[in-house]
Amino acid sequence: MKLIKCIIRPNKVDEVKDALAKLSIAGMTVTEVRGHGKQKGHTAIYRGKEYNVSLLPKMEIEIVVPDNMADDVVKAVVQAARTGEIGDGRVFVLPVLESYRIRTGEKES
Amino acid sequence: MNQADTAWMLISTALVLLMTPALAFFYGGLVRSKNTLNTMMMSFISLGFVGVLWATVGYSIALTPGNNWVGDMSRLFLSGVGLEPEGAIVAITIPHMLYMAFQGTFCIITAALISGAIVERMRFSAYVAFICIWSLAIYAPLAHWVWGGGWLADMGALDYAGGTVVHINAGVAALVAAIVVGKRRDYPSSSLIPHNVPFVLLGAGLLWFGWFGFNAGSALAAGPAAGLAFVTTMLAPAATLVVWTFLDMMRSGKPTAVGAATAIVVGLVAITPAAGFISPMNAILLGAIAAVPSYIGLIIRAKSSLDDSLDVVAAHGVGGTVGALLTGVFAQKSLNGLADGALFGNPYQLVVQGTAVLAAIVYSGVGTFVILKLVGLVLPLRATASEETSGLDITGHGEEAYMHVGTTMSAVEPGPGARAPQSVLKPASI
Repeated sequence: MKLIKCIIRPNKVDEVKDALAKLSIAGMTVTEVRGHGKQKGHTAIYRGKEYNVSLLPKMEIEIVVPDNMADDVVKAVVQAARTGEIGDGRVFVLPVLESYRIRTGEKES
Repeated sequence: MNQADTAWMLISTALVLLMTPALAFFYGGLVRSKNTLNTMMMSFISLGFVGVLWATVGYSIALTPGNNWVGDMSRLFLSGVGLEPEGAIVAITIPHMLYMAFQGTFCIITAALISGAIVERMRFSAYVAFICIWSLAIYAPLAHWVWGGGWLADMGALDYAGGTVVHINAGVAALVAAIVVGKRRDYPSSSLIPHNVPFVLLGAGLLWFGWFGFNAGSALAAGPAAGLAFVTTMLAPAATLVVWTFLDMMRSGKPTAVGAATAIVVGLVAITPAAGFISPMNAILLGAIAAVPSYIGLIIRAKSSLDDSLDVVAAHGVGGTVGALLTGVFAQKSLNGLADGALFGNPYQLVVQGTAVLAAIVYSGVGTFVILKLVGLVLPLRATASEETSGLDITGHGEEAYMHVGTTMSAVEPGPGARAPQSVLKPASI
């Protein structure tokens, strides 16, 4: 099993979800996150003082899939989330050692 | 001069002024979090620009003798608007100056109402230019027609507190603005849902509170007429809320909170032209009836390609029209001393009401279109695609509504050469 962790633009969540649905991905975890890579932040002004907001809002989608599906999922996410501009985000693929379903306690393979 | 009247009108003026911040919360809660401040600012900015324009110019266009169509401009920069009641267009017992301020709060909120149709994509500068011109060229003349001794007043059109001047006017302007400015780039594909429903309820509640000043204050005196308008303003939205709840239950099985907030606004809009003219029981009827067309209008809009983002047309346009027409049905001379409606043997009143509604629709519709096109020649009406994606709070105002200070920001010391960001955090590997 692989954990696929996608950090994407907030406005791309719907498109990525649709792309994953086409691959019959049943479950996912979505989190609002902040961060930055090469993308520069923006300037904010509060009470006469300028601030540089360096951490920008992103969305993180986590999916666990069988090993043989990982490549297809990554491809689908990259395609759906891409705008071609700096700030499109990243996809990480991590190995998953074990997985349990809490309701039944059974170990999944 | 009557001191009781003056006291009530001081309070009423403050109450109506509060409705504009209330509207900011109502609208602000309905948009996505990245556009909260921009949406709320669209209401707040009217307090400034339209407030100044009303005192300097607008009041002279609207509420001075002049002819049937427009005032004579005799009160420019408030010349001759003093502390005595004399000199106002209507007989009052309060300082002329206070009457001017009370009327100004109406102009301010009417301009702000339109913003609900164009939130999340109109450029702020173009919006401000638009409401400035609109409040002088559309609102002020229409106010003159109805309240300043213009042709609709002569005809006997009944508009107690602004069903025609405020709500139909803003509703039609909203419809035209939504079309001219165009829909949001992600409409209707993306989930454009309210980001803070408690804000919406807070806004609706404060609007109701302020509306007591709007309607009961329109009596311009602390007398029986104010009492009647106060009671009808309490009962009509109550009835709308009850009917709306049942409609919600029938349609989706659940009474929604956004629906309840909308219902209250629809009921308030509908009772506005009728407030001091009809009996409390008829106000309940009026409020109950008004729920249906606006509810249907809202459903039709949601299925259409019209991006009237916050349903200004369904709430104010449709609600205002229903209210203005029903005023011609339920008006009762024994209560208002002016005219009976169709229910009390004067069906002609309905014709008069219909004429006023039509006049407001045509004038506001055409005028708004022309103003937007003119503004569009000088200033782009639309935000760019990337501004729309990032949100208009950051791109338009340099602020965000919700931010975790300390973890995400580092102060940039003002001064020459000190503009480079000094990140307190190591760059993440994103």
